[in-house]
Amino acid sequence: MSDVDTRPGAILKNNLWTSNPIFMQVLGICSALAVTNLLTNTAIMTIGVTLVTGFSSMTVSLLKGFMPRKVRMMVQTLIIAFYVIIVDIALKAYLPEISRNLGPYVGLIITNCIIMGRAEAFAQSNGPVISFWDGVTSGLGYMGVLMLIAFVRELLGFGTLFGFQILPESFIPWTIMVVPPSAFFLLGFVIWAGKSAMNRKGAPA
Amino acid sequence: MSPAISPFALFFASIFTSNILLANFLGMCSFVSISKDMTSSNGLGLAVVVVLTVTTGVNWAVLQLLEALGLVYLRFIVFIIVIAAVVQMLEMIIDRVSQTLYMNLGIFLPLITVNCAILGVSLFMEIRSYSFIQSIVFGFGSGLGWWLAIMALSAIRKKVDKAPVPAGLKGAGITMITIGFMAMAFIGFSGMLQVQ
Repeated sequence: MSDVDTRPGAILKNNLWTSNPIFMQVLGICSALAVTNLLTNTAIMTIGVTLVTGFSSMTVSLLKGFMPRKVRMMVQTLIIAFYVIIVDIALKAYLPEISRNLGPYVGLIITNCIIMGRAEAFAQSNGPVISFWDGVTSGLGYMGVLMLIAFVRELLGFGTLFGFQILPESFIPWTIMVVPPSAFFLLGFVIWAGKSAMNRKGAPA
Repeated sequence: MSPAISPFALFFASIFTSNILLANFLGMCSFVSISKDMTSSNGLGLAVVVVLTVTTGVNWAVLQLLEALGLVYLRFIVFIIVIAAVVQMLEMIIDRVSQTLYMNLGIFLPLITVNCAILGVSLFMEIRSYSFIQSIVFGFGSGLGWWLAIMALSAIRKKVDKAPVPAGLKGAGITMITIGFMAMAFIGFSGMLQVQ
């Protein structure tokens, strides 16, 4: 990845499309695939990831002058854990229902490789404001793909979107969409579509 | 208030019916990149088994302490630190005890600290309030399940490498679809026992 281009527009395009964290780098899928069966859960989860990525990138960037290189991984992890705890407590307080659905996956945002990846690759060598922007756009790129998967899974698995009935009663839900394998299949297809579209444009594969 | 489930049933459930990778999507990052090579998969799988068993046990004890002190909200930070410390210690012990094992496992141990499966199992242990024995068994079983899954996948990928795959699907795409089929196979076990 080129760290040269730090204009906000270029970062947006890069993080949303040309080096999208999911279909170009296959990062951070662990903590989020499990919640893609319902759109509401996915939305809350990815908003959490976006906020954590943005703020932890900003903090890492602010502290980069004070961090000894040897312990920087540990410090970054602690910064990330700090923001995840805030997200967890906020969810428990305001959205207890969703917090229960997400279960352990909120805590697993800590080990989401995207956050650490952005902190290492971008925030280490850039200013706080642009790092925050970089983190947020990475989160949005991630959100886009997961929302797409959740959309298909909820629509075909339950006939609903955000909990509202969309398809007629006569629609028979696809059981496959409720169980875990469908998330893998859909992610495979999304990666396929994304990569093919990019190859066609002549970008390096 | 630990759930009334025999450790034996829990052990099999954590390997097959609720496989940490195929049913809970944990530990995917290293799973996709490492499974290209069978020898590395084996090493990483073995390391995951050891680390999962030890960290789940230690985290169980730490969690009791945090509960006694009323500091449960700190658990994410504490779990991460415990995992990092255990991994570091294991690395030193293995280095002392067996050089050959160190050569095989050494490079994988640091990778494990950021493996979601390790933290995930600790968090599941907390949410389902397992007893000590249940936690250890659950950690060990989950590790074995992960090892089984990565070995199976790397063997399948060897075959897939020789198959004609559309350009855009090469690499990550076809791997995801392969994992999907594996997950479907594992769902077949779910009639035997259920743990949630």
